[in-house]
Amino acid sequence: MSIELPVFYFLAAITIGAALIVVLGRNIVHCAFSLVLAFFGVAGLYVLLDAEFLAAVQVLIYVGGITILLLFAIMLTSRASGPGVRILNEQLGLSALIAGGLFFLLIYALWKGIPALAIKVPTQANVPTIGRVLMTSYVLPFEVASVLLLAALVGALILARKEKD
Amino acid sequence: MAADYAYVGLFLLVGILFVVFTIEVLSRLLRPSRPNPEKLSTYECGERPIGGSWIQFHVRYYLYALVYIVFAVETVFLFPWAVAFHRLGFFAFIEMMIFIAILLVGLAYAWKKGALEWV
Amino acid sequence: MFEFIIIMLVKIAVVFGALLLTVAYLTWLERKVIGDIQVRLGPMRVGYHGLLQPIADGLKLLFKEDIIPAEADRTVYLLAPLVAIIPALISFAVIPFGSQVKILGRTIDLYITDVNIGILFIFAVASLGVYGIVLAGWSSNNKYSLLGAMRSSAQMISYELSMGLSIVGVLMMAQSLSLVQIVKAQSVVWFILLQPVGFLIYLICAVAETNRAPFDLPEAETELVAGFHVEYSSMKFALFFLAEYANIVTVSALATTLFLGGWQGPLLPPVAWFLLKVFAFIFLFVWLRATLPRFRYDQLMGFGWKVLLPVSLANILVTGLIMAWR
Repeated sequence: MSIELPVFYFLAAITIGAALIVVLGRNIVHCAFSLVLAFFGVAGLYVLLDAEFLAAVQVLIYVGGITILLLFAIMLTSRASGPGVRILNEQLGLSALIAGGLFFLLIYALWKGIPALAIKVPTQANVPTIGRVLMTSYVLPFEVASVLLLAALVGALILARKEKD
Repeated sequence: MAADYAYVGLFLLVGILFVVFTIEVLSRLLRPSRPNPEKLSTYECGERPIGGSWIQFHVRYYLYALVYIVFAVETVFLFPWAVAFHRLGFFAFIEMMIFIAILLVGLAYAWKKGALEWV
Repeated sequence: MFEFIIIMLVKIAVVFGALLLTVAYLTWLERKVIGDIQVRLGPMRVGYHGLLQPIADGLKLLFKEDIIPAEADRTVYLLAPLVAIIPALISFAVIPFGSQVKILGRTIDLYITDVNIGILFIFAVASLGVYGIVLAGWSSNNKYSLLGAMRSSAQMISYELSMGLSIVGVLMMAQSLSLVQIVKAQSVVWFILLQPVGFLIYLICAVAETNRAPFDLPEAETELVAGFHVEYSSMKFALFFLAEYANIVTVSALATTLFLGGWQGPLLPPVAWFLLKVFAFIFLFVWLRATLPRFRYDQLMGFGWKVLLPVSLANILVTGLIMAWR
């Protein structure tokens, strides 16, 4: 598959480019929209890895849900939805240092780790397998996830309500 | 499997080309362009627009989106479960009902707290 | 390989052309049917019984001046129509119109591609539809536009949830997310008979998702003028219009695939059955618009969250119980 490589670079370029706009854009709504593009790039990469279920979930949850939530959050902070918000503050140096450190750590981990990863490409539809594994081997994390979701819901409702009163 | 999506990509490309062609080529050649300040002003039923439109929205939009995400995640879990349901049997059914029940508590809470009321 | 690519390109061109033509004539059909219901004639002037009306309308929009408001956010304003129409069209890449035909000794699949996660693909793509509206509403910098867009997005996410849950019962029976497999699973009995409640929920959500009457609040012309696309003109307006109607065709085709056995049926060729069922759904959409008054927004949201969501969860519970018991 020779075409896979250019497609990968194309998707990676979209992801990184959009992510840069998210961080550096001056208009916060533009940032939110390019976040959508970045999520798309990631979904495309998942498809390239034959993880199509994950790709669909990525679009459904992150693009269709989280970013909409972000947009609503932007809309309910009064002035921020207009253009021209300050994007840098005095902690620039420190955060650059931490982000750079994390970046090199990741590179190092990948460098050391890749040979150890044996990649198994699934041969048939993987969705039933995901369902089966969720209900057997990983049933405890699965149920805990629902408690986590409940906690997130309740916590967020309490916070949002307080703001309103 | 990823190859199936190449056709989706091709379809996407055809769609984008169609849109760009109609707006930017075909219509551009045919349509007039005589803008003036009155024409370009924001429409507000004939009145002069008052202030911008990028204003503060109500928190209830946010609350709905929040509850949506929680249940969207649940739906995403339900899909693989539904597909594998035949082979899993009754135990998996109970497991999923527990999962849904826990989230229903969340829905009941949101309901009780009035997050689902549109006032 | 080369031959294969040619076949694929021809298929894409045919699907694309047929879709655009259907959408264009959908506007004619709607005006005619509503005209009949309201004891009027509808379009009569252009061509026999107004048959050339959609073409005339399209040409007119092509010739119209394209106005970009001075206050608008230019980039996003230009991008919005594209983002609105693409999700509406791309769902058709996975919807099967028939199984296979033999043309010139070659077996040709009557779908562009059959991905393993077909139904999830369509839901993922459909969840993008809201962005076209939000982008348009926000970038126009018009109060009506933004209000319509916000309403629309809140409405669409609310009903998307119940829509997703309403088809879980179907998936439990079909044991696959692939649309071709789901159709094949209905060779004995259509899922509308096994999942009547799921079908009803799907239908209601489909109407709400496409922002059609009685759920057409984002456009509510009496209060919001035209909603999110009030500042759009010329071909850009036409694209929003096309997107709305293409979405109707999409949800109708999906309903056919999921609940009405897709292309399957006696005597007639499969594609004819498929088109017939889709047409029946489209007719229902028009009929609803001519019959029902608009909801109030609090009723709409309350109905989605407090009625449809619990009922669709109960539907899953009952389906699971019956299947586990048998």
